[in-house]
Amino acid sequence: MVDKGASRLFRWTATGAGALILVVLVAVAAFLVLRAWPALTTPAAELTEKVSWMGEATSLLDFVGPLIFGTILAAALALVIATPIALGIALFTSHYAPRRLASGLGYLVDLLAAIPSVVYGLWGGLVLAPMVKPVWAWLNEYLGFIPFFAGTVSPTARVLMTVGIVLAVMILPIITAVSREVFLQTPRLHEEAALALGATRWEMIRVAVLPFARSGIVSAAMLGLGRALGETMAVLMILSPGFLYSFKLLEAGQQQTIAANIAAQFPEANPLGVSALIATGLALFVITLVVNMAARAIVARRKDFSGAN
Amino acid sequence: MAQRIDVKDLNIFYGEFRAVADVEMAVEPRSVTAFIGPSGCGKSTFLRTLNRMHEVIPGAHVQGSVAMDGVDLYGADIDPVAVRRQVGMVFQRPNPFPTMSIAENVLAGIKLNNKRISKGDAQDVVEASLRGANLWNEVKDRLDRPGSGLSGGQQQRLCIARAIAVKPQVLLMDEPCSALDPISTLAIEDLIAELKSDYTIVIVTHNMQQAARVSDRTAFFNLAATGEPGRLVEIDDTATIFSSPRVQSTEDYISGRFG
Repeated sequence: MVDKGASRLFRWTATGAGALILVVLVAVAAFLVLRAWPALTTPAAELTEKVSWMGEATSLLDFVGPLIFGTILAAALALVIATPIALGIALFTSHYAPRRLASGLGYLVDLLAAIPSVVYGLWGGLVLAPMVKPVWAWLNEYLGFIPFFAGTVSPTARVLMTVGIVLAVMILPIITAVSREVFLQTPRLHEEAALALGATRWEMIRVAVLPFARSGIVSAAMLGLGRALGETMAVLMILSPGFLYSFKLLEAGQQQTIAANIAAQFPEANPLGVSALIATGLALFVITLVVNMAARAIVARRKDFSGAN
Repeated sequence: MAQRIDVKDLNIFYGEFRAVADVEMAVEPRSVTAFIGPSGCGKSTFLRTLNRMHEVIPGAHVQGSVAMDGVDLYGADIDPVAVRRQVGMVFQRPNPFPTMSIAENVLAGIKLNNKRISKGDAQDVVEASLRGANLWNEVKDRLDRPGSGLSGGQQQRLCIARAIAVKPQVLLMDEPCSALDPISTLAIEDLIAELKSDYTIVIVTHNMQQAARVSDRTAFFNLAATGEPGRLVEIDDTATIFSSPRVQSTEDYISGRFG
């Protein structure tokens, strides 16, 4: 096929835009590896001696492990809280609410995305934490046998559970917006097929809408997870950090996330310290890649049944 | 299993707009009734009032009564969901659920009606329904494959199997062959001839030869002008409609002078 004039111009612009993504991705990866290299190659003993805030960690791996753990735990917590609520809002706006109410509500949810994360951090630390404190105490007292709620409940509520709620609010808009668009794209034909079989509205959603939207929901959740994994400011401002592999969500000084740790240590880090921090950033980059690939694999597994053919 | 339908003084509205006016007709059980007429005359709209699918469009409503064996489908205490379980529907374009296998598609209605069904019963229903839709021999080796992988004609027969799996009283078909090739059309028409021994069938069609071939009674709908409501012009035995209709406009339409 021979393209001419504007057609050729468009083709190369589009190809260029596509290639740019790859270039940026490779550049980021290269930057991370290059700058992390000094920390990766320095012997563990020298590294822990020169980088004061590595504390009791005996090697870089020992240092980054709990951070990876904390990052994933915080993001997973946010996802578990946000996804059901986001799907509920999206279904309400796409299939239940009258049109005028739906567009108003959609606008409000989108507004949540416009709030800077530093404001979320302030809100989480100054407003939410005191509010949820009695709830956390209650959970700890009566459901303390569940590992997540065990331990000594923090008197300030600056704990991972509170962070999880704030992160959930932050990723709510993206999950809601993406899944709402997918729900709205359900073919009318399939909805009518379900209704004509005698489905109630909820059954119609279960039979026609949700299966159709399945891959879209996974994508939406992954976008949200991506944001939660990388969120820095809100975590930094709320969480009382610790460097343990701990599932205790209500106790202070247990976990820390990679991004918040970089922000916390960066201003006072020496060159080798910066390199160590960038190495943790590299770990975050790898986590995000793996999460996205896993999500794609989940979506692809039932490709034949996606309705795309 | 098949039941008669009596329609009295039925007016159908989209919001303020009256789309179909003053329909009176009786649909006989165990027979095929065809609706013909030019585009926009309201025959599909009327068909969708027979299982209350009309009202899923916001603002759509009806006045008058549609009685199935004496019970008004629009009575105050009648749940539209219950009506749709009694009156099955096949649409213009085949619409098997793309996320379900062939077997799951057939069972979709049953799973809605009574959640639990033993595996053996389910297999029996799948086989009986697919045999009923003349599809069994073509798909029996790939029941767990997606329904969307079938040809258009097979998909439409799958939709018929899905509709008859719940054993409805009445089967509505909204131009079921208009998206199909002639061979698939023939397969569906043969199927309709077989199904009428068990079901009351109402079919909307743009194809007058098809109406003549498959139906026992034919209703002709027409509208005076755009923006005017569609009306039932006449309903009679198919042979009578196509040989000696009582109304001039029916004769004009079936002889191809308009529409």
